[in-house]
Amino acid sequence: MKYHVNEKGYYGEFGGAFIPEMLYPNVEELRQKYLEIMYEDSFQKEFHQLLKDYVGRPSPLYFAKRLSEKHGCKIYLKREDLNHTGAHKVNNTIGQILMAKKLGKTRIIAETGAGQHGVATATVCALMGMECIVYMGEIDIARQAPNVARMKMLGATVRPALSGSRTLKDATNEAIRDWINNPVDTHYIIGSAIGPHPYPDMVTRFQSIISEEIKWQLKEKEGRENPDYVVACIGGGSNAAGTYYHFLDEKEVGIIAVEAAGKGVDSGESAATSALGKIGIIHGCKTMLMQTPDGQITEPYSISAGLDYPGVGPMHSHLYQTARAEFYSATDDEAMTAGLELSQLEGIIPAIESGHAFAIFQHKTFKPDDVVVMSLSGRGDKDLNTYIDYFKLA
Amino acid sequence: MTNRINDKMQENKKLLSIYFTAGYPSINDTVQIIQDLENSGVDMIEIGLPFSDPLADGPTIQESSTAALKNGMTTETLFEQLKDIRKSVTIPLIIMGYFNPVLQYGVEAFCKKCEEIGIDGLILPDLPLDVYEAEYKSIFKKNGLINVFLITPQTSDERIQQIDEASDGFIYMVSSASVTGSKEGFGNEQTAYFERIAAMNLKNPQVVGFGIKDSETFQTATKNAKGAIIGSAFIKHLTKEGVNAIPEFIQTIY
Repeated sequence: MKYHVNEKGYYGEFGGAFIPEMLYPNVEELRQKYLEIMYEDSFQKEFHQLLKDYVGRPSPLYFAKRLSEKHGCKIYLKREDLNHTGAHKVNNTIGQILMAKKLGKTRIIAETGAGQHGVATATVCALMGMECIVYMGEIDIARQAPNVARMKMLGATVRPALSGSRTLKDATNEAIRDWINNPVDTHYIIGSAIGPHPYPDMVTRFQSIISEEIKWQLKEKEGRENPDYVVACIGGGSNAAGTYYHFLDEKEVGIIAVEAAGKGVDSGESAATSALGKIGIIHGCKTMLMQTPDGQITEPYSISAGLDYPGVGPMHSHLYQTARAEFYSATDDEAMTAGLELSQLEGIIPAIESGHAFAIFQHKTFKPDDVVVMSLSGRGDKDLNTYIDYFKLA
Repeated sequence: MTNRINDKMQENKKLLSIYFTAGYPSINDTVQIIQDLENSGVDMIEIGLPFSDPLADGPTIQESSTAALKNGMTTETLFEQLKDIRKSVTIPLIIMGYFNPVLQYGVEAFCKKCEEIGIDGLILPDLPLDVYEAEYKSIFKKNGLINVFLITPQTSDERIQQIDEASDGFIYMVSSASVTGSKEGFGNEQTAYFERIAAMNLKNPQVVGFGIKDSETFQTATKNAKGAIIGSAFIKHLTKEGVNAIPEFIQTIY
């Protein structure tokens, strides 16, 4: 079984580029050039230099002693929360801004849910002196106010998406419309492992630095490169894609994905795509998505803005369909409880997105000698208001 | 029987095609809108199958789609409404929509239903040329359906040739780099693009869409092309004047 993208842009039956002709020239140019540009020596050198000196990589692989004792296995945290801008998102935006420069683009657009990808995009645009427009759902603008302020301070324009559920899905629609309207000078930095080919693969490759580091870091700590499990939360699936990438073909490594169940998988307010989705087309790719029998895309719900998306990247749909990955879902309550537990056992306040990954311990029991690597995809500063309201901390 | 679209393209006149969103303003307006358009002298109609996430459309068509879905429009309802349409309407009818609702209905079942009703063609902007050719072409052909492809000012000559080769009705020429309903009039850039395409002597006639809203833009667009499509401007008119004022709108165009 092959888990990586094939030459036509598919993972099994998922992926492809289902885009209107207006987007074809840009997407096709990217498809033809992305691998060549990405693996040029000069590109790799600049990319890795920035990851080291600007982002602060490698991010630590930290043995979480108290969490391990609590859950009876050996838990390591991949500390993407310690990256500059506070999440894994910056790995991809650094890569894509360098790509945009090579393609001669001068204007950058992006969509954002939690605001982490928007901040990471605004950051690299400031770094490179490029114009930056970030589309964000009106609801998300309200619940992620600190990130909106950060983007503005970094010089980006934040444009509200006012249609549909006014969250990540609608922000993505608006960004795509902007790209249709500005086909010549603009590069669209998609933040998740979704979109038309080659986006899912390009984003995954930029994020694959996560699993590349896990391998040598775990070798140092445990004397072996492969853990028993890697665990990540999944919305569109970029941190998961990066966390899994170098383990996809390592059969002994169990791959675990945790989706957002919102108020419960069957509550009607959920974003658990693998449980509720069916194959369809969203944002330019064929993948699992939540939809009505009539093919209208369903409005998802999660307490976490970053997971509030009705689809999942095509690579993940394929991992689900082939059972290469185990899929779980965590409710708002489970994720919040897991976030509080991590805070109080390890002194680390996670993003609510990442809290979903840590809710795995409420669903699955590991063996005492299991080495479990958790993707701690982001830090919780942006979510303080939600934590305060939820736990009545104020 | 030859396809009504092909017959229409043979007529010695510039063609006016109108797009509307099925289920808007009210769910049961579909048949009346189609009949009134034909009676007003319109040459061809694009019936919009509403979609929750119409990413190539501007605010007007987005809003009409959202309203249509809220009104309860579904693929099945549309087919039911159109069941007897060929008893009263003779001009070409095209269903325009996004691919996902068609995929969920089943491409084969969808095309078969279109054939039964007397639909002549489909425009599915996010069904790419290569996927159509590899997976769906034979199904379209079997059901006598013409698939209409789009080109834009950014489409390369080489790809236009490819699309021309794959087309057998007309080419939908997107007037400018924009979503529907968002550009103000046509400038030199559009004129140059219209002339460039005309000079390519394609085997398929071209019908221009996006940005056509009145007599002036219709005249400019059809100077070189066979026809033009009005969508957003018509929907705005429906919103403002209601479904009983269709002839008045068409009279302002030609």
